[in-house]
Amino acid sequence: MTALSGTDLPTPGLRSGTELVPPLPEGSAPQTGKDFSSDQEVRWCPGCGDYAVLKAVQGFLPDLGLRRENIVFVSGIGCSSRFPYYLDTYGMHSIHGRAPSIATGIATAREDLSVWVVTGDGDALSIGGNHLIHALRRNVNMTILLFNNRIYGLTKGQYSPTSEPGKITKSTPMGSVDHPFNPVSLALGAEASFVARTIDSDRKHLTSVLSAAAAHRGTSLVEIYQNCPIFNDGAFDAIKGQGDYKDGKADAIIPLVHGEQVRFGAPGEDGRGSKVVVRDPANGAVRVALASEVDESAVLVHDAHDPDPSTAFAISRLTAADYLHQAPIGIFRAVERPTYDDQTRTQLDTARKDAPAEATDRLAALISSGDTWTVV
Amino acid sequence: MSSQVQKQVKQLDRVIIRFAGDSGDGMQLTGDRFTQESAVFGNDLVTLPNFPAEIRAPQGTLPGVSSFQVHFADHDILTAGDAPDVLVAMNPAALKANIGDLPKGATIIVDTHDFSARNLTKAGYDANPLDFLGDAGSELGEFAVHPVDLTGMTVEAVKEFGLSRKDAARAKNMFALGLLSWMYGRPTESTTAFLTKRFAKVPAIRDANITAFKAGWNFGETTEAFAVSYEIKPAPVSPGTYRNISGNLALAYGLVAAGVQSGLPVFLGSYPITPASDILHELSKHKAFGVTTFQAEDEIAGVGAAIGASFAGHLGVTTTSGPGIALKSEAIGLAVMTELPLLVVDVQRGGPSTGLPTKTEQADLLQAMFGRNGEAPVPIVAPQSPGDCFDAAIEAARIAITYRTPVMLLSDGYLANGSEPWRIPETADLPVIEPNFATERNHVLKPEKVLEDGTVQPEEKDFWPYLRDEETLARPWAVPGTPGLEHRIGGLEKGEGHGNISYDPGNHDFMVRTRQAKVDRIAESLPPLEVDDPSGRAKVLVLGWGSTYGPIGAGVRRVRRAGYDVAQVHLRHLNPFPKDLGDILKRYDKVLVPEMNLGQLSMLLRAKYLVDAIGYNHVRGLPLKAAELAEAIGNLVADAEGITVDLTTSTVEEIS
Repeated sequence: MTALSGTDLPTPGLRSGTELVPPLPEGSAPQTGKDFSSDQEVRWCPGCGDYAVLKAVQGFLPDLGLRRENIVFVSGIGCSSRFPYYLDTYGMHSIHGRAPSIATGIATAREDLSVWVVTGDGDALSIGGNHLIHALRRNVNMTILLFNNRIYGLTKGQYSPTSEPGKITKSTPMGSVDHPFNPVSLALGAEASFVARTIDSDRKHLTSVLSAAAAHRGTSLVEIYQNCPIFNDGAFDAIKGQGDYKDGKADAIIPLVHGEQVRFGAPGEDGRGSKVVVRDPANGAVRVALASEVDESAVLVHDAHDPDPSTAFAISRLTAADYLHQAPIGIFRAVERPTYDDQTRTQLDTARKDAPAEATDRLAALISSGDTWTVV
Repeated sequence: MSSQVQKQVKQLDRVIIRFAGDSGDGMQLTGDRFTQESAVFGNDLVTLPNFPAEIRAPQGTLPGVSSFQVHFADHDILTAGDAPDVLVAMNPAALKANIGDLPKGATIIVDTHDFSARNLTKAGYDANPLDFLGDAGSELGEFAVHPVDLTGMTVEAVKEFGLSRKDAARAKNMFALGLLSWMYGRPTESTTAFLTKRFAKVPAIRDANITAFKAGWNFGETTEAFAVSYEIKPAPVSPGTYRNISGNLALAYGLVAAGVQSGLPVFLGSYPITPASDILHELSKHKAFGVTTFQAEDEIAGVGAAIGASFAGHLGVTTTSGPGIALKSEAIGLAVMTELPLLVVDVQRGGPSTGLPTKTEQADLLQAMFGRNGEAPVPIVAPQSPGDCFDAAIEAARIAITYRTPVMLLSDGYLANGSEPWRIPETADLPVIEPNFATERNHVLKPEKVLEDGTVQPEEKDFWPYLRDEETLARPWAVPGTPGLEHRIGGLEKGEGHGNISYDPGNHDFMVRTRQAKVDRIAESLPPLEVDDPSGRAKVLVLGWGSTYGPIGAGVRRVRRAGYDVAQVHLRHLNPFPKDLGDILKRYDKVLVPEMNLGQLSMLLRAKYLVDAIGYNHVRGLPLKAAELAEAIGNLVADAEGITVDLTTSTVEEIS
C-alpha cells in the first residue's frame, strides 16, 4: 500500500503534538524498539493482533526522538489495555472506560509529556463512550489508539458496540439486535480534529498514521482494526485479503490519501484502481462508482484539512456495517483547532503574569480579602 | 439620617433574625448583607441559609419560600439559633412557612403589599391573618406584628430613577434590610459599598437599591410604628483580624493554601452539584496560584482527571456531594490501589438518591468509609464549623500527600452555606507539607561486584514503585519526567515492592493488610483529642463529628449552666480514629452520639470499641436544635447519675 498520510501532513501551521516535550539530549545514542520494551512478559493469546500493534508502537516510538520519561501511556480495561505494562515508559492501567479522563488530567497538568491512550471498542465506545466524545470535542493534546476487534475478548466473547447486527455470541445466542457504532463516524460527529483508521497487520501504514497522529496537536483518534483469533477470528479477512477473501483486498480497502483521488479496486488498464468514490450531487453523500462509468473530474479528491467534516463523515459511511467487506482506511480528518490543555495553561499563565512572585504573600492577601475587622 | 422621633435604645445580648420571602425576593442577599454588617460591627454570629432546590419555585407558594437566619450576639455563640426572635416575611407563604418556628412574643414584620387575595390563597390562608390583629385568640395574637407596606414605600422612594414598577419593587429587600439595620444599629457603609460595586454597570438599579436601603433606615428612625431600637455590643474575642466566611469559601481557600504549603499546583476535576459547586466557582478564580479547574463531563471524569493530575505530580482534588461520591467510587478505589494522593470533598446533603439537594445531612459517613469494592480504606477528615473548613482542607491534603492516599473531606450543606466570623490565620503558622517526590532509583538490582581482573562492576539499581517508607508505609511518588523511574501502575493487584501485577494469594493478603496498616498508621501523626470536661466529674460524654459541633456545644453549655456535669469530645478524624479515643470512651458511663443520620458514627464506635454508644439522631435536613439536644443530654445525665435533672434551673441568662 502507498503511504497514506499524503505529503503535507501533519497539518501545516499547527504546532506539533510533541513540541513542548523535551527531546533526547544532543549526541545521545539513538533509541531502538528495545529501549521501549519493559521487562514484563507479554500475555496476549497467540496470534492476537495486539502483538503486531505493540511491535509497531515500540518500533515507532524512537522516531519521536523524545525522552522515555516524558512519555505516558494510559489505558482502561480490556485485552488491549494491558499495553502500558509492556512499554518502558510511564504508564497507568486504569479502570474501565476512564482512560481518556485520566489522560486529560495528565495532559492538562503537564505540557512536557507525550500522552497516549490505549483502549478497545468496548472500553472506549461502550462503558467509556462519554469520556471519549468529550475528550474529542475538547481536543486535549493526546493520541488515542482504539483497538477495534468488534468483540469483548477479556470477558470471553460477548458482542461489542462495534459487532455487526445478528452477531451470535455467548450473550446473543439468537443474534445481536444492537446497531453498531462506526468509531470514525462517531469521532467525526464529536468534532474530533484528527481521525484515522488503520490495520494491525499493515505495519507500514500503521506507523505512518501513528506518526501523523503524534505530530497532530490535539486529540488524535486512531481506530486500529485488530483481529481477535479466539473470539472473532477472521473479522477482518476481507480487508486483509485472507482466507476466503484472498483476492478481495483491493476491493475492500478504500485508501484515503490527502490531495489524491479516492480510488480503489483491481487496477484497470491505466494501472489505477477501477473503482472510485464520487459525490452524489443530489444529496451531498458519496458513493462508490466504477471508474469507467464516471468522468475523471467527478472523482472525489480527499481533503483531510477540510474545515467542514461533512465529506469526511460521508466517506466514513462507506464502511460496511455488517461483515467488513469494505472500509476506507487512512486519515479522514486532520484540522487545526485550539486544544483544551494549551488554552487552560495559557489562562493560568495570563493570571500569573501580573501576580506578585511570593505565593505566601498572595495567599495572605487572598484570605484577608473582603470586609475585615481587627480586634486588638 | 435625621431623627424626628425620640427612640428608646434597649440592650440585648443576642438576637436571631430570619428573613423569609419568595426564592426570587433576594432573601439570601439580604441575610448575607445583614451578616456582613454584623460581622464588621464585631458581633459573634452564625448563619443558616435555607432555600429550595428550584431556582424559581412557583411564586408565592410554600415550596418557593427561601429564608436566611442570622444569630448574632455580644458573646461567643455556637449555633444559628433554634427559634427566631424576629421574622421578616415578604409574603403570606413566608409567614405561613415560618410561623411555627417562632416563640411567643416574637416580632414579625410583614410586607402588607404582598398580602393580596391571590397570594393568601396560594399560601393556603382562607382569610388574611393581618385583618384580625388585636383580636383575642387570633392566629398572630401571640406575636408583635408590624404590618408595613415595604413594596409600596420602596416604589415611592425610588421613583426618581425611572425604573419599571417591577424593577422598582425588586429593591424592597434593601428597604427591609435598611429597616432592620436601623433596628439593630448596624453599620451601613459596607452595604452601600457593596451595592455600588455590584450594580456599577446599571446606575439606575444601583441608585434605586441604595436609596431603598436608606429609605428603610429612615423609615425606622422616623415612624412611630417602631418605638425601640436595639443594641447588641461587639463580642469579646481574641485579638486578630477577622472576616466573615462560609464553609465552601473557607474550604476553597484551604485548598489554595494546601497548594501553596506543599508547593504543588492544585488540579480540581469537578462536575457541578449542589451544595458543592461554589468550591469549583471559587477555585476557578485562583489561576494565579497555579490552580487548574476542569469542569468535567461527569462525576467520574472529574475524579479521573484529578487522579491523572496526581499521577503527573499535581495535588488532584475532586469536589462533589453524596450522589457524586457514588459515581466516583470505582475511581477512588483506583487511587487506593495506585496509592496516589487525592482529595475527595463530599459536601453532604440529604439523601438517598437525589434526596434534599439544598438541605444538610451527615449520612455519607459510612459511604465514605466503606463505599467501595474490596478492602479499600480511605482516611476521613471532617470540619466542625464554616471557618474550620480551611484547616480541615489543609489537614486532608497533608494526609493525602504524606501517605499517598485518597482522603475524604466530609463537609455538609450547613457548613457549606452557613457562615461565621473567622480569625484570619497568619500564613507563617500554616503547616508545611513536603511532597518528597522520588528522584532516585531505590532498589539494588545487582550489588557492586569485583571482577576477577580486579575491575569493579558498579552497583546496578532499578526503581520499585511499591517499596515503602518504613515510618509512614507510603510508597514513592515518582512523577513522569523523572529519568530512570519509568514505571507502570494500575488497578490490578501489585506485587509487594516491585509493583508488577501479582495474582499470588499470599501477596494479595499482604498488600490488603499493608494498605490498611498504612491508613491506620496515620493515627500516629494525630494530636491527642481535646476532652472538654471542666469539672472532671462527668459520667456522660457527648461525642460528635462535623457540623454538629455547634448544636452539641450549645446543648452541653445549657446542661452545665443548669449545674450538671457533662463532657464533650468532637472528632475531626473519622478514619483512622485518634489513638486515645478508646481510652476516653472507657472513662465515661454513658456516651451520647448526636448525628444528622440514623447512627453511623455510633455503629463505627460500637464495632471498634464495643462501647454502648447511644444515638441522638435527626434527619430533617436542618441542623440539630440545641434545646432539644440539651434535653437528651439532661435525660442521660439523670440516668447515669441517678438524679433528677431540671434544665430550667439555670441561673445564668440562657444563651446558645
